[in-house]
Formats: sequence, C-alpha cells, structure tokens
Amino acid sequence: MISVDFDEVSVEDVSRHFGRRRAVSHITFQAHRGTILGLLGPNGAGKSTLLALLATMLRPSSGTIRYGRFDTSAGAGLRSRIGVLGHDLFLYPELTARENLAFFAGLYGIADADGRARAALDVAGLASRGDDPVSSFSRGMRQRVALERALIHHPRVALLDEPFTGLDDASAGALVGRLSGLREGGTIVILATHDLDLAEGLLDRAIFLRDGRVAETVPQPEGLRSTYRSVIGR
Amino acid sequence: MTMLRAVWLIVRKDLTVEVRSREIAYTTLFFAVSCVLVFAFSLVQEGRAADGVGAGVLWMAIMFAGNLALGRTFERERQSETLRALMLVPAPRPAVYLGKLTGIVVLLGATEVVLVPLVALLFHAEMLAHPFWLAAVVATGTIGFAAVGTLFAAMLVRARSRDVLLPVLLYPITVPVIIAGVRATMALVQPDFDEAVVRFWLALLIAFDVVFVTLALWTFEPVMTD
Repeated sequence: MISVDFDEVSVEDVSRHFGRRRAVSHITFQAHRGTILGLLGPNGAGKSTLLALLATMLRPSSGTIRYGRFDTSAGAGLRSRIGVLGHDLFLYPELTARENLAFFAGLYGIADADGRARAALDVAGLASRGDDPVSSFSRGMRQRVALERALIHHPRVALLDEPFTGLDDASAGALVGRLSGLREGGTIVILATHDLDLAEGLLDRAIFLRDGRVAETVPQPEGLRSTYRSVIGR
Repeated sequence: MTMLRAVWLIVRKDLTVEVRSREIAYTTLFFAVSCVLVFAFSLVQEGRAADGVGAGVLWMAIMFAGNLALGRTFERERQSETLRALMLVPAPRPAVYLGKLTGIVVLLGATEVVLVPLVALLFHAEMLAHPFWLAAVVATGTIGFAAVGTLFAAMLVRARSRDVLLPVLLYPITVPVIIAGVRATMALVQPDFDEAVVRFWLALLIAFDVVFVTLALWTFEPVMTD
C-alpha cells in the first residue's frame, strides 16, 4: 500500500450519469486542507452522489477527481485517508459501539484498535454506553458513533452526509465544535446538509447545487438561509 | 493491513454477530432438517431407502440451506450499508470476499454437523464409516458452493430481486460441485468402499474449489466497484 497524503481535493468538470439520468453535471471545485466546504441544495440536487464520487464509491462518467497528486488509482492508500459518514450509518446493530469502532479501527490498520475505540467513545460522549449494542441506541447516539467510526483513522478528508441528522441541540453543538476541531487539525471537511442554521458560521465555503449543477459558490458564506432562498429559489 | 488480518477481523465479526442473533444458524438448520425429514418420509419405505438417496438428500439440503445462509448474510450487510463501509477500508478487497466466504463456510459447517448424522440415521446410510473422507468431501463441496455463492450474493446485494436471482444464478453454476459431492458421498456409503472412486471425486471437488475461489478473487473487486 502506497503512502498517500494531500493538501487539497480537486473536482474537475465531473459528471455522473445513471442510465439516462444525470445525477451531477460538470461540477468543478477545490477543497483545501483545514477548511470546511458545505454542499447545499434541495433533495435530488446531487449532494450524496458527489460525496460518493469523492469517497471513490462511484466512478465519474466524465471528468476527474484528484487528491493532491493522486487519483483513485492510489487504491488502498487513498482509501486510508478518506473518512465517510453516509446517510446509512455503516454500523452493525448487533455489535456494541466499542466492537463496531474497534472492528473498523482494525480494518484501517490501527495497531491499538481497542485504545482508539475507547478514545472515540470518549469523544462521542458515549463511554458509559460503549458495551451496549448499537441496536439499543437512539438515532442521535448512533449518529455520534457513526461519526467517530468515520473519523477513527484520522482521515485527511472527511466526507459527511447530513451529519446533524437525529442530533439534539447539545449534540449538534458538540458536532459543530468537533468539525471546527477537525478544521484546526488540517482535515478537509466536505459536508452535505439541509440544516442551514447549524451550518451558519461553520462553513468556509458553500456550494449550492441544483439539479446536479453548481448554482452558486459562496466563500465565507453568511446568511445561508437567505442566500439559499435566492439561489435555489424555494 | 495484511490480507490475513483483515480476513480474520471480518470472520470474527460475522461469527460474533451470528452468536448474538443466532438467526442464520437457526433458520438454515430448521430448513435443512425439515427438508431431510420430508424426503425421509417419502423415500424411506419399510426402513430402507434406495442406494444413494441419502447422499442426494444431504447435498440437496446443503444447497438449499446454503442459499438461505448466503442471502441472510448479505442482507445484514445491506441493511446498514456496511458492505459499502467494508469496500471503503484500505484492506485488500479480496480479503472482504475471503472473510465473508469463511464465515459462510463455518456457518454451513455447523449445520452439516447436525445434518450428516441425521441423514445417516433416517436413510440408514453408513456415512460415518469413513469420517475423514466424508469430512473432506463435505468441506470441499461446501467451499465450492459457497465460493460461487458469496460472489453472487455480494454482486446482487443492491439488486431489487436478489432473493430470486441468487438461486437462479447459483444453482446452475454449482451443479458440477453438487454432482461431485453426491457421487463422492455415494461412493463413501457403498458396502464395498472403493477409495479410488472417492479420491477421483474429491480431486474434482478440489479442482472446482481452486477454480471458483481463484475466479471469485479475481473478479470480486471489479464487480463490487461502482
């Protein structure tokens, strides 16, 4: 496995079709180390498809995605630097939170998988529930475990699809703090969200998507809700 | 991340999940035992079954139970999209295939531990007369069947009609394995045991295993990408 690290992710004129349906079309942007990029838009705008393309789960129909000087041919080395929080949580409900985290830590090649799982549970605020099966957790608790699962290997790029789903106010506030911490640590954070209030003040750049195309790119966005209304028109 | 470590982690995870839920073990065992009982009632007359019937029933039960186990194992991975998460880790992708295959073989092996004595009992077949040969035949046949089944079940995990498509694709391709398994088992239960015949069919089963596992390892990554 080759060692991979990079300072930016570049998406160049990327399109992805599913049969005749065009999910994303001619998308171009860059995301830099230590920044949080928001993908905003209504349902079906192409946010999740774009995240799947960035995660190497899908291949573009045209265009290129580069991770510094690497592309998807870097394979396992590249995957070891990408963390993904999907809309589905990628957790085994029969396993405990600790077992889930240790399992994925092991697969990411972390030597002290149990120690890393313990630390992740502390960060998630679930140390006391670590030995309970995930099936007994509320949606918000599962979301917190899933986020730590996605970040267990300290990825260079974190791809988060609706990370605020199911979180109460305190947990959402904690997540905002966690994302700010990732930015300070040099992670490239790319998140897709509908929660404009929580994203307000968090994003370094917002890309508004509509019908699979970039409708507007706003650096240092303020007043997300009003910008969203004027750009998306709903 | 070495291949073997990734395989071990996936096998351990699958077995832990199964020990907690016991879902696959119970359903495959219940189904396989029911299958054997039904055949026993219809095919055993006055305490005797025709020669070789026990071998056929054993492999038919393994085939049906295997299909059930394969479907359920990958349904679990589909529910929370965990198969996708497995494809995202930096472990070699063939390790994911080998881990799933090993888990299914172990689960089917547990079912067969009950199934073989049951068939021997109900069909008055001398199956346990040559236990090491029998273990080798059942193990190689199970690996061959599961090798193809694991690949197809993984491929079909996002298909809407996966429950229908899996047996439709799996059974025709694994017919040679099942035939070899039946013939080897029949040779084992004959009163005049012919080791050369068993060796022949066992060699064929090993050849099928090598071909199927190699092809599956080769094709798993491309068919699972995108």
